Amino acid sequence: MARSLQYCTFWVDGLFFGVEVSGVQEVLRYQPLTVVPSAPEAVQGLINLRGQIVTALDLRCRLGLPPRPEDALPMNVIVRSRGEVVSLLVDDIGDVITVDTSPGGLEIEPTPANVPSTVQDVVSGVLALPDAILLVLDADRAADVSVVPQPTGGTP
Amino acid sequence: MDDDAEIIAEFLVESHENLDQLDRDLVDLERDPGSRELLSSIFRTIHTIKGTSGFLAFNRLEALTHVGENLLSRLRDGQMEMTGPVTESLLSMVDTVRALLESVEASGNDTAAAVDVDTVVNTLRQVLEGAEGPSPAAEEPAEDRARPDAAEPTPVVEASAEPVSDPVEEPEEALVEPAREDDVDEVADHAAGGVVAEVGDAGLVEAAELDAGEPERVHPKLGEILVERGIVSSADIEEALAEQSAADQGDDTARRGVVDSSVRVDVDLLDSLVQLVGELVLTRNQVLQRTESQDDIELVRAAQRLDLVASELQEGIMKTRMQPIGQVWSKMPRVVRDLAVQLGREVDLQMEGHDTELDRSLLEALKGPLTHLVRNALDHGIETPADRTAAGKSAQGRLLLRSFHESGQVVIEISDDGKGIDPDVIARVAIERGVITRDQAARMETREIVNLIFRPGFSTAAEVTNVSGRGVGMDVVRTNIERIGGTVDMQSQVGVGTTCRVRIPLTLAIIPALVIGEGEETYAIPQANLVELVRLEAEDMTRNVEEVAGAPVLRLRGHLLPLVSMAEVLGRTRPEADALTVVVVQADDMRFGICVDKVHDTQEIVVKPIGRQLKLLPTYAGATIMGDGRVALILDVPGIAHAHAIAQQSAAASRPADGVVAGAADSTALLVLEVGGQRAALPLREVSRLEEFTLDRIEKSGNAEAVQYRDGILPLVRLAGAIGLVERVRDDDQVSVVVHESGATRIGIVIDRVLDVVDAAVVRSDVGRRAGVLGSAVIGDRVTDLVDLDAVVALSGVGA
Repeated sequence: MARSLQYCTFWVDGLFFGVEVSGVQEVLRYQPLTVVPSAPEAVQGLINLRGQIVTALDLRCRLGLPPRPEDALPMNVIVRSRGEVVSLLVDDIGDVITVDTSPGGLEIEPTPANVPSTVQDVVSGVLALPDAILLVLDADRAADVSVVPQPTGGTP
Repeated sequence: MDDDAEIIAEFLVESHENLDQLDRDLVDLERDPGSRELLSSIFRTIHTIKGTSGFLAFNRLEALTHVGENLLSRLRDGQMEMTGPVTESLLSMVDTVRALLESVEASGNDTAAAVDVDTVVNTLRQVLEGAEGPSPAAEEPAEDRARPDAAEPTPVVEASAEPVSDPVEEPEEALVEPAREDDVDEVADHAAGGVVAEVGDAGLVEAAELDAGEPERVHPKLGEILVERGIVSSADIEEALAEQSAADQGDDTARRGVVDSSVRVDVDLLDSLVQLVGELVLTRNQVLQRTESQDDIELVRAAQRLDLVASELQEGIMKTRMQPIGQVWSKMPRVVRDLAVQLGREVDLQMEGHDTELDRSLLEALKGPLTHLVRNALDHGIETPADRTAAGKSAQGRLLLRSFHESGQVVIEISDDGKGIDPDVIARVAIERGVITRDQAARMETREIVNLIFRPGFSTAAEVTNVSGRGVGMDVVRTNIERIGGTVDMQSQVGVGTTCRVRIPLTLAIIPALVIGEGEETYAIPQANLVELVRLEAEDMTRNVEEVAGAPVLRLRGHLLPLVSMAEVLGRTRPEADALTVVVVQADDMRFGICVDKVHDTQEIVVKPIGRQLKLLPTYAGATIMGDGRVALILDVPGIAHAHAIAQQSAAASRPADGVVAGAADSTALLVLEVGGQRAALPLREVSRLEEFTLDRIEKSGNAEAVQYRDGILPLVRLAGAIGLVERVRDDDQVSVVVHESGATRIGIVIDRVLDVVDAAVVRSDVGRRAGVLGSAVIGDRVTDLVDLDAVVALSGVGA
């Protein structure tokens, strides 16, 4: 039986990522953000997704990549992670690609060891497509942003 | 009886649902006789009905289901085979159960003579004993069968109403003979009330056998048979006919009353509806904003209609989540009765406002605290009959539970006419326990003192309970009520009684909040935390806002209020400003001010959860969506208090959630100072102002020192000398003075310098106790003397 997986693809700082479509709720253009002061750095803000409040995480920041140019507006990849909906801010959206994963087809390979650890951290493996290398994103790990204790700025 | 009726209604709704399921299961079972799963399901259903009917004292129903259950358990365990007669006996049992339930619904009991339980029970027994088979009656030739009647089934039903009221001498004969399965089914289908279903069922049992032999026979109406046999007269039949057709219609409406008028809905579905409506309301707000500037009159009208419909829809949906408080109260009579017996009290429990509704999640959260308060009222409020008689009251105590709506909140009052709470005792004990200082106690109003029983430091101490007469765990009651945004307040009059008043919001999903602006951002502060708004400009600001060791405090009506700016709350640096808008908020026992840029207005906001990435931040309680569609964060006032200067780690440690430290008192705001080179502390609330004077301003009058201060004389007392220390000479020609006001008396206490303002749980020890010093405590990791302000003031000879 032929097995195949579909990936929703996107670019972050020139890197080509894919996340399984079953975990993706939708893709949205830039949405106005409400900043959350003292939140972890990767949290860019909150968006109003038809009445639901969704945390927007900047993948560039999460991956330890340089910040997006000021004039470039990010796109939202809305993914489901552990019962919550999270928006991943990416540079640009690619196609949905179908990968044949049946025996003889493509296999997810371990991430090459020389990829920066910040990227490895959120990638579950790579798919060597004929024309590109797709980094398979683990949405749960990408959405995990530990809270860095913030200076409260208070006096004694 | 009200409560019983409610329980019975619930039982009926549930049982009817179960019976429908049962019918389906039984039919399936016939197709698949070996299915253990189906048998288990049927067994469970009957078992449930049996259990509940036993509990509600429906003895006949219980007896019937009991036999049925026995049969089912043997079938389930494979001790019996599923055969046609067995299925039919089970079906007849189900129908009889239904008939009994209808009788319960109509009359509130299951004793209706019309329902013949015994026959069915006997049949079931026979089946159970393996003695089933054609009954003798079935063999009787049925020569009476005369007229075809298939077209008119209804009269068959109706006629049967009469005979069943006195169980017919030969019921099996009368019923079984003419019955064909079809007929029986028709009878059952058209059954109005339990009567007919029962009649039909008795016949069902043996119908199968009869049928086989005489398939082509036509059957007469039941009524006609009965008449012919002389069991009833034809006049009776006519009468019954009329009655039945009337009853038929009446019955339908009556039944809808309980069973058909309610539908069970998944709570998740309701929650998602609430969410959708919230969204609709927000969209409506956006549409309204846009259409205001439009000329298109049709569009404006449509928008207005949308506005109305959305509001009504919202109201309606919110109502679906509402449940009457009677659900909680229905448990109370039992609690009160048991406890009264146990404690030897006589109690007359009265409850008002059963129908007061509130959100179901709130209701759930309230059960515990309310039960606790009721127990407390009995345990410590109402006296024993002997004591009551001695006090000139009636032996029977009165406990009143009331609930009602008041200004958008639900108020629940629990009042007793017991011995009340003696504030003097409470105050004494609170001082002993170090919950408050003597000085604080003297300043507190009676009501404040009574409410000390809700302090954690107070109520965890067992011996306090015995003295004060109020229970352990009141702090937990308060914590639980505050968790759902409520408040609790105790009022008491010694010898007359105590009233505990709990206020809770109608719903948690939508709360009133103050919307404030900080730069371009918008935040919401829940109204429940809001105390007042203070605006300070230019001169007012410089006069009333001071800094204590870098921490800004506001002098507000004689007390110092710690201030924190929005910028600080948000982790930025505090800006300089020439005017201040202070939102005075209260969290737990702490009151402080948040300086904000702008105050917009108060709004009803829909509280929405925020993602797990932000849950750990103490600053935010959630988020909401404003009219323009943008997200605004809701500030968590207690969280801010604990995260910032207002409450330090030491205070946090005394929070109930973190486990109450043995003997720990509630946290108190303290002014920590240096005097004679040592650390000492004063309660911050005793400090009305901090001043620095140059030495040359100090004048002498006899031995006493004073300064001219605010058009008066401020007598000075040197704290070092007063508490047995040697004063240090400062090299800058300045003295630091703590101004203390008590009534008309004002005194300046000269100290070396101010070190800090902390909020700490003070555990006092007697180390260092001496004149002017109450003892010492560890404050900010160092041993600090606790100044006995009263003694120091007395020493100065001022006002004492």
